Amino acid sequence: MKHMLKLGASALALMLATSTAHAEGKLSIYNWFEYMPKELLDKFSAEHGIEVTMDTYDSNESMLAALKAGKLGSYDVSVPGDYMVKIMASEGLLDTFSKDELSNFGNIEPKWVDVSFDPGRKSSIPYQWGSTSFAVNRDAFSGDIATTDMIFNPPAELKGKINVLDSQGEVLAFAALHLGIPQCSTDREQLKAVNDLLQNAKPHWASISSDIAKDVLVSREADVGMIWSGFSAKAREEGANVEYAFPKQGYVVWMDNVVLLKDAPNRENALKFMNFLLEPENAATLTNFAQYTAGVSGSGAFLNPTVAALPESNPPADGNGVFVQACSEEVQKVYDTIWTNLKK
Amino acid sequence: MAGAISSGPPTSTRTYQGLGQYLMLPSWVIIGFFLVLPVGMMLIYSFLTKEFRGGVIWEFSLSAYDQFFFDRGLFGDEPAKIEWTYITIFWRSIWQAALATVLCLIIGFPTAWFIATRSGRNKAILLFLITIPYWVNLLIRTISMKFLIRDTGPLNTWLIEFGLISEPLHMVNTNFAVQLGLFYSYLPFMVLPIYASVERYNNSLSEAAADLYASKFVILSKIVLPMVKPGIIAGCILVFVPSLGAFLAPDLLGGAKNFMIGSLIEEQFKGNAGNWPFGAAASMILLSMVLVVLLFYARAQDKGGQNHG
Repeated sequence: MKHMLKLGASALALMLATSTAHAEGKLSIYNWFEYMPKELLDKFSAEHGIEVTMDTYDSNESMLAALKAGKLGSYDVSVPGDYMVKIMASEGLLDTFSKDELSNFGNIEPKWVDVSFDPGRKSSIPYQWGSTSFAVNRDAFSGDIATTDMIFNPPAELKGKINVLDSQGEVLAFAALHLGIPQCSTDREQLKAVNDLLQNAKPHWASISSDIAKDVLVSREADVGMIWSGFSAKAREEGANVEYAFPKQGYVVWMDNVVLLKDAPNRENALKFMNFLLEPENAATLTNFAQYTAGVSGSGAFLNPTVAALPESNPPADGNGVFVQACSEEVQKVYDTIWTNLKK
Repeated sequence: MAGAISSGPPTSTRTYQGLGQYLMLPSWVIIGFFLVLPVGMMLIYSFLTKEFRGGVIWEFSLSAYDQFFFDRGLFGDEPAKIEWTYITIFWRSIWQAALATVLCLIIGFPTAWFIATRSGRNKAILLFLITIPYWVNLLIRTISMKFLIRDTGPLNTWLIEFGLISEPLHMVNTNFAVQLGLFYSYLPFMVLPIYASVERYNNSLSEAAADLYASKFVILSKIVLPMVKPGIIAGCILVFVPSLGAFLAPDLLGGAKNFMIGSLIEEQFKGNAGNWPFGAAASMILLSMVLVVLLFYARAQDKGGQNHG
């Protein structure tokens, strides 16, 4: 018994030794574009002596496709949105960790621990959360903007000045909100109504693109832009006189999460990185850059006051925010057809 | 002694005798690895069953091609009609590529002629100037073009300042902008091959024809054009083929409201659709069309060779 304990201890020592050897190693991050301040990565590198590399993507789906096409095993962490966490888990792309492996696990805001897409947070931690809605240029339009009519049934002066995100899930979720029908409905009449709504709205749209969502508002190629809340704030910072809308029909709420990927080459470092992001000060640095909201308790104290007061981050108390749902295969097929019809 | 000298060349030939097929090995490896393997994979994937949210199931299926050619309604249970959606998308891309090719030819041919007829030093400088922008990444060039032509961009500002227009010309997100982008992206691919064949053209042929009372039009159509035709055809193919698959210019300058062949295929792999077999099938159909164009070229080359031979 004693012998075995000794063996166990030496094995443990060996494991610790190898893990320290790993610690002076690498971390490979797969993240959204313009979503990580360099200072934060530099701070992490300096604190842990880990060399960090980061690749970026522009949609949840392209990240999923890249991982499924063979990139799994080359990244340690990625940053999927809420519904994508669920999809990735069901596709077996995620590794799990226990609470004990993250000393800062308790810093996660209680309301974000038992989330529907990862109950109990077995594979993910909050990164940032915010909303998707649209921003309207106040020099172009002074009326009421708190309605999805801005996108689907715009007033004359805004026709032809609208940019819509090139994001099937968010656009179709908005269409469902506008029509007052459930997301991923299997009802044929409702699906037809969604198809007709998009067909009739398209002539009023100038472009369908995510990459340029902020720039077109700044350059005034668009006066209405479907956009993520933080990008709306950045557009205003860059001089566009835009106001972000919380439409009464509802708007999309999302949460991006750092997930531990299956076959992560540097699992230990990935956990260190997740723990690092759960430090309130670091979470605040991230929020000050991305201008969304952290899901970490205590980060408010480190926030830049203007970021904390952003109208984008302070939805009305009676706001009707909904998560985008991942549809069943049957409905997704119809959604794909509707989307192709829109862009044909 | 004399015998030894005369047997010299055959000896060196004999050194490589029987090695021919091995010396070809590098080319076979390159063709196999970069052509046969990827295209073969695409071909196989296009006949597999799609897996939900990307990926394939290894079961034979024609559904990707079925989806391309037949329309079964929004819910997939109506009687099959001809599917116009993808034909429309392909036609839009082909039309756009053809227009870009014609534009490039109209501007590129005189440009190439001008450069080829300059003196040695100027020729080198002009050629260098043509290639300079191509050291910059295509994406950046396309975005710069957008900055130039947008409503508040320098072009509109100047036009208004010179009093030529009073309202800014709206160019971004129009077909004009897409054409401009494609034209700008691929012009050198037209100029360079035409330049190469014009440079070889012996101008005394034109002079001889003129001496024999040929009109300028006859000289151009009967002598010059047939002589530089291979360069023109090569240029047209080099512009047409990449324009066909282009999606940077249509997306950034055209507003991405409509799919191009390139963005349709991209959507199958990167978008929500996650329909890899369909993406592969669309690629195979595009590839077949490009092959037809190339075959046409090869036959034209053959004919040209016979005429001159």
